[in-house]
Amino acid sequence: MDILYKIFIDPFMQMGQAPDLLVQTLWEGLVAGVLYSLIALGFVLIFKASGVFNFAQGIMVVFAALTLVGLYALLGRWGLPAGHLTAFIALGLTIGVMFALAVAVERLILRPLVNQPDIILFMATFGLTYLLIGMGQIVFGGESKVMIAEELYLPRGAIDFKLAGGFVSLQKIDIAAAIIASVMVATLAIFFQRTRIGRALRAVADSHMAALSVGISLEQIWVVVWFAAGIVALTTGIMWGARSEVSFALEIIALKALPVLILGGFTSIPGAIVGGLIIGIGEKLGEFYWGPLLGSGIESWLAYVIALLFLLYRPQGLFGERIIERI
Amino acid sequence: MRLKHLLLGTALAVAAAMPASAQEGIYIPLLTYRTGAFAVSGAPIGSGMADYLNMLNERDGGIGGAKLIVEECETGYDTKKGVECYEQVKSKNPVVINPYSTGITLQIIPKAGVDKIPILSMAYGLSASADGNNFPWIFNPPATYWDGASMFVKYIGEKEGGLDKLKGKKVGLVYLDAPFGKEPIPLLESLAKDYGFELKLYPVTASEAQNQSSLWLNVRRDRPDWIYMQGFGAMNPTAVKEAIKINYPMDHFVGVWWAGGDDDARPAGPGAKGYLALSFNQTGTNFPVIQDILKYVVDKGKSQLPKDKVGETFYNRGVLNSIIIAEAIRNAQKITGKKVINGEDLRRGLETLTITAARLKELGAEGFAAPMAVSCQDHNGHNAAFMAQWDGTKWVKASDWIAPLKDKVNPLIDSASKEYVGANAGWPKRTEPCDKSS
Repeated sequence: MDILYKIFIDPFMQMGQAPDLLVQTLWEGLVAGVLYSLIALGFVLIFKASGVFNFAQGIMVVFAALTLVGLYALLGRWGLPAGHLTAFIALGLTIGVMFALAVAVERLILRPLVNQPDIILFMATFGLTYLLIGMGQIVFGGESKVMIAEELYLPRGAIDFKLAGGFVSLQKIDIAAAIIASVMVATLAIFFQRTRIGRALRAVADSHMAALSVGISLEQIWVVVWFAAGIVALTTGIMWGARSEVSFALEIIALKALPVLILGGFTSIPGAIVGGLIIGIGEKLGEFYWGPLLGSGIESWLAYVIALLFLLYRPQGLFGERIIERI
Repeated sequence: MRLKHLLLGTALAVAAAMPASAQEGIYIPLLTYRTGAFAVSGAPIGSGMADYLNMLNERDGGIGGAKLIVEECETGYDTKKGVECYEQVKSKNPVVINPYSTGITLQIIPKAGVDKIPILSMAYGLSASADGNNFPWIFNPPATYWDGASMFVKYIGEKEGGLDKLKGKKVGLVYLDAPFGKEPIPLLESLAKDYGFELKLYPVTASEAQNQSSLWLNVRRDRPDWIYMQGFGAMNPTAVKEAIKINYPMDHFVGVWWAGGDDDARPAGPGAKGYLALSFNQTGTNFPVIQDILKYVVDKGKSQLPKDKVGETFYNRGVLNSIIIAEAIRNAQKITGKKVINGEDLRRGLETLTITAARLKELGAEGFAAPMAVSCQDHNGHNAAFMAQWDGTKWVKASDWIAPLKDKVNPLIDSASKEYVGANAGWPKRTEPCDKSS
């Protein structure tokens, strides 16, 4: 009986008794969820365009963030004064590097592998991962770096307010992360749903051959999509790097997108958004209210449990396309 | 003529491919991790180790006339890769293995005696391996994780007005959910029973190292009076930032010696001021030994780390690790009379190692670390450490040297050592004779 009380009654009592902690937990879940959505979006875009699960998305986050702080330091050594202007020049150059990476991926990896089985392309993204790890290591070294958050006008500090005898603390960087990620997610969603390139992307996702036959340039779509995924990676790297630090550990954060993709479906942009929020809020609530019952530290697998529970009812994911095949 | 060239070429190729030990040198592999989630700690440690040994080559031509052959193997702090590294280097007759991961150490402990290669796990690894009778090939000076946790309890006891004042207090352990992170739990549980404080456990899985907000909400709810962190790599700076977020008093937050790197505190900005961490080596470049490293290695562009990182906590810790190796080599050369020693010789060198304050001064490291001694029975020494405090820009020494609670740690080492042997059927009885201390 005691265990049933601890599972079904006590957590809700706690929510009522300390609403400040409930609001704080929901807020932490929301911020994490928006960032998960952003990461998941990077995977979805590439999967839609080429049918490939891009294993390199995680290392792209690290590579983009390292490039930004590395270029900022380099510009400093070249005599540019430390500050906002140099930071934004570094940001512009990093966007250029991510575009160059997208072109290189299309030219050197995707183009020679057109019409190859998906598993070959998947393995190629493995190769790209290790290449980027090695390159990042050679160019920037393995030691961690501090994100140039203030130089990019990202705020510091917190907004605290009292609530029911307690307090809720909203970190300004988290507020900025939530807003920027939301705007980014919305922009990308609109871009790929409403524009000509977006329609072409959906055509490519359906069939490479059919898309080619109606004059859609696969090369152009792939460059656009990989570039968009690169920008997503850069944004994630800046935001998560500012909340923690810029190191190769950021790569692991990208794996948080896996349960989001399972839940939202690999081909759905709304799925990535809603899935991210469900996973983010679900895992924070689960860890905070039910985690201590299981010795805490359940967050890493709870996300998958939540995703699998949804899959029992919707095997194609929350917004995934229902697959109907003639037999 | 052609046959002659062919034979000559083959002979040269074979000579080039010969294991390092066959040449006039002492082969020291370093298992390092300059990539991955833990590179933040691994890169400076690896460079500190390599730079000191390379400095000895450049300045002194090696040790006792024998050149040191230093080779790194990248583990990424991954146990599987670490074991692969071990298998890869063992055929080259290494004199010692530095696993630099508790997970890797645990895996290769049973192999050490079989392969006759001593393992030096400096202040990490299996605490019970301090028992030289059951673990003749494993060395973990200058202190075990249990010593560290006991120093923490001793320190907070002093701050609270006596160990008896800990009764009724709440102490949190934030730890990496891995063999390394779990090491202090038995000791803290035992001390919680003895002194009457409540121990709360907060595990951080490696995948959540940079995503700890819910864990720190638990801390906010539980309000522990003190927190001890057995953390590593990217987990540490994230934890420091999260502690600031919940307004946790930083001078009540204490990290183990692997959570006291400059890159653990610096990213959190001014809020990290007051954060404490145990340490057993000094920071800074103001030591003749570090100046020699700068002169012979770093300034010649032979280090893998930027110059501004030299002298930081973890870099200097890597240097201390190599000082222990080098002193053990000198000791082994003295005991055996050999110039080029092997793993068995170094085991004897480590087992009789004493580094006095005077010797540290001779090495250009006066006050750099506490004097240490290892013996046949005690492969650790249970030496003292001190509390370092982050002043907003650098670590400063914030306490005297704190000796561990040996009366609490030693019985636990004995029982854990017996338990380990009991759980591993056929664990060999020690046959290696004991030498006299140096």
